[in-house]
Amino acid sequence: MNKKIWQRFLHHRLAVASALLLLLLLLLSFPLASVVTTADPDRIDLKTIGKAPSLAHPLGTDMTGRDMLSRLVYGGRVSMSVGIVAVSISVTLGVLLGSISGFYGGRVDNLIMRFTEVVMAFPTLIILITIVSILGPGLYNSMIAIGLIGWTGIARLVRGQILSLREMDFVLAARAVGVPQARILAQHILPNVVSPIIVAATFGIAGAILTEAGLSFLGLGIKPPTPSWGNMINEAQQLTIIESKPWIWLGPGLMITLSVLAINFIGDGLRDALDPRMTLDKS
Amino acid sequence: MNRYILRRLLQALPVLLGITIVTFTFIELAPGDAVMAMILADMQSGGRVVQIDVEAMRKQFGLDQPPPVRYVRWLGELLQGNMGVRIRSKIPVVTEIGLRLPATLELMGFALLIAIVVGIPLGIISAVRQYSWLDYFLTAGTFLGVAIPSFFAAIAAIYIFSLKLGWLPTSGYSTPGQNFGFFGWIFNHAQYLILPASILGLESLAGISRYMRASVLEVMRLDYVTTARSKGLGYSVILGRHVLRNALLPIITIVGLRLPGLLGGAIIIETMFNWPGMGILYIDGVNTRDVPLIMGMTLVSAVTIVISNLITDIAYSFADPRIRYE
Repeated sequence: MNKKIWQRFLHHRLAVASALLLLLLLLLSFPLASVVTTADPDRIDLKTIGKAPSLAHPLGTDMTGRDMLSRLVYGGRVSMSVGIVAVSISVTLGVLLGSISGFYGGRVDNLIMRFTEVVMAFPTLIILITIVSILGPGLYNSMIAIGLIGWTGIARLVRGQILSLREMDFVLAARAVGVPQARILAQHILPNVVSPIIVAATFGIAGAILTEAGLSFLGLGIKPPTPSWGNMINEAQQLTIIESKPWIWLGPGLMITLSVLAINFIGDGLRDALDPRMTLDKS
Repeated sequence: MNRYILRRLLQALPVLLGITIVTFTFIELAPGDAVMAMILADMQSGGRVVQIDVEAMRKQFGLDQPPPVRYVRWLGELLQGNMGVRIRSKIPVVTEIGLRLPATLELMGFALLIAIVVGIPLGIISAVRQYSWLDYFLTAGTFLGVAIPSFFAAIAAIYIFSLKLGWLPTSGYSTPGQNFGFFGWIFNHAQYLILPASILGLESLAGISRYMRASVLEVMRLDYVTTARSKGLGYSVILGRHVLRNALLPIITIVGLRLPGLLGGAIIIETMFNWPGMGILYIDGVNTRDVPLIMGMTLVSAVTIVISNLITDIAYSFADPRIRYE
């Protein structure tokens, strides 16, 4: 079974290439960061303000003279961490609320689903700006805020799956032999929901990275001395910088696009591998 | 049908009420308030800190009451059709929003129009030429369209089309201080609209074209298409008369689902292009802790989305006679 999944994933060449690329990005931004670049990402140098790429600074420097390559590498660390932590929060909340809603049904279900609708009716960025401006910008607050609004899709997914699974014969059989409710949920139903959750979480990480970038770009996400791909572009809002110093916005922009693209391809491959029925392209 | 619309609107009321409660709670949970934000702003702009009576100011702005009282008071005013005034400038919230909302709706509308007009044909071409190089190229394009952050796309577009090629203005709504005729103004305004609208619509365009491709492929496999084919109908007749009509249906839902994202995305795009919509006003409201303004704008955004979801569902029932709402 597991071997089959693995084989199907390997068959999706774009997903495999993306997985390798992402692995490389993760290696570069975590264990190898200090090998790739020796420059301190936070060191301000007034002599090297906005310099074009050179031997000393392969990707140039930003408007306070910091080394772009090193900020790009450490910024990747921040962006990836926000993506992963935020989605962990969303998945926990979504699975919890979704399973309660789907399994117990009735009034509880109704209440949770109405609440889900309230959260979904908000434009994501608008509620995020409100939450973050209140919690204050920063790394942990961005993770929490993005995690707090991302659970609705997963909650609905889990609820829907459970609603159809709990009518199945094997659940009836478990109930007939007297397995307690909570154990039916945990041991018999939830394992069947894992695949779609993994797929949704993968796409969720890509979404969270984009959201963090957007927030930081607006100056409401990661606070400036700490580099993140989004707040690095925040510097490039003036037309003169856009025009004459493209290395300031090109690098971080391409890194966000590339990593989101890679994660989405992996999600696509996982979906094909884990559940062939879910494929968008059926023929 | 009328009863259905009425029921849906009634069902939306608790959702809207919930949204105002959640927003209000969030604003109240935060440390500080409009008075503190004002003092902070004055200090940052270099103003001298003179001794002021913070409590008197709070009283003047009506902030001395406990939060639940203020919420109920706000709600009471709202039910009488009054959204209150901005805390500092005393400009009615309705006026502020009324000035800004049309520009945001215009931007969203054109973004959606571009996404539909370009996305649907691309999806159809992709499906008809399935597994061709063109299909791979277009599919890669849709993945890219979803992955690229809008502000990066915006900067790149400004760099290429405005700064390097000089074809379009970098930002704004229309060239100020010039007296165009009506058509002259439309032409001038269109030049300012095209970049922000295209970039705001990019993600939707990619999504719509991907779903259109999948939808066409799915309908093509249905029995009645095989029947049409075995009758000897030509490919273009089958595609145009039998496949597309049904393949377009799910797209209505996809368009509806995109709306909250478009409204949120408009904030970033408006900031980038200095577009005089709700985005800049919202960020200003949040920064100055202007409760009536934030509440009013959140409510208007939510109402916009509720209404557009309703329109989506009604459009669906007109397009698909199999669906009837009671």
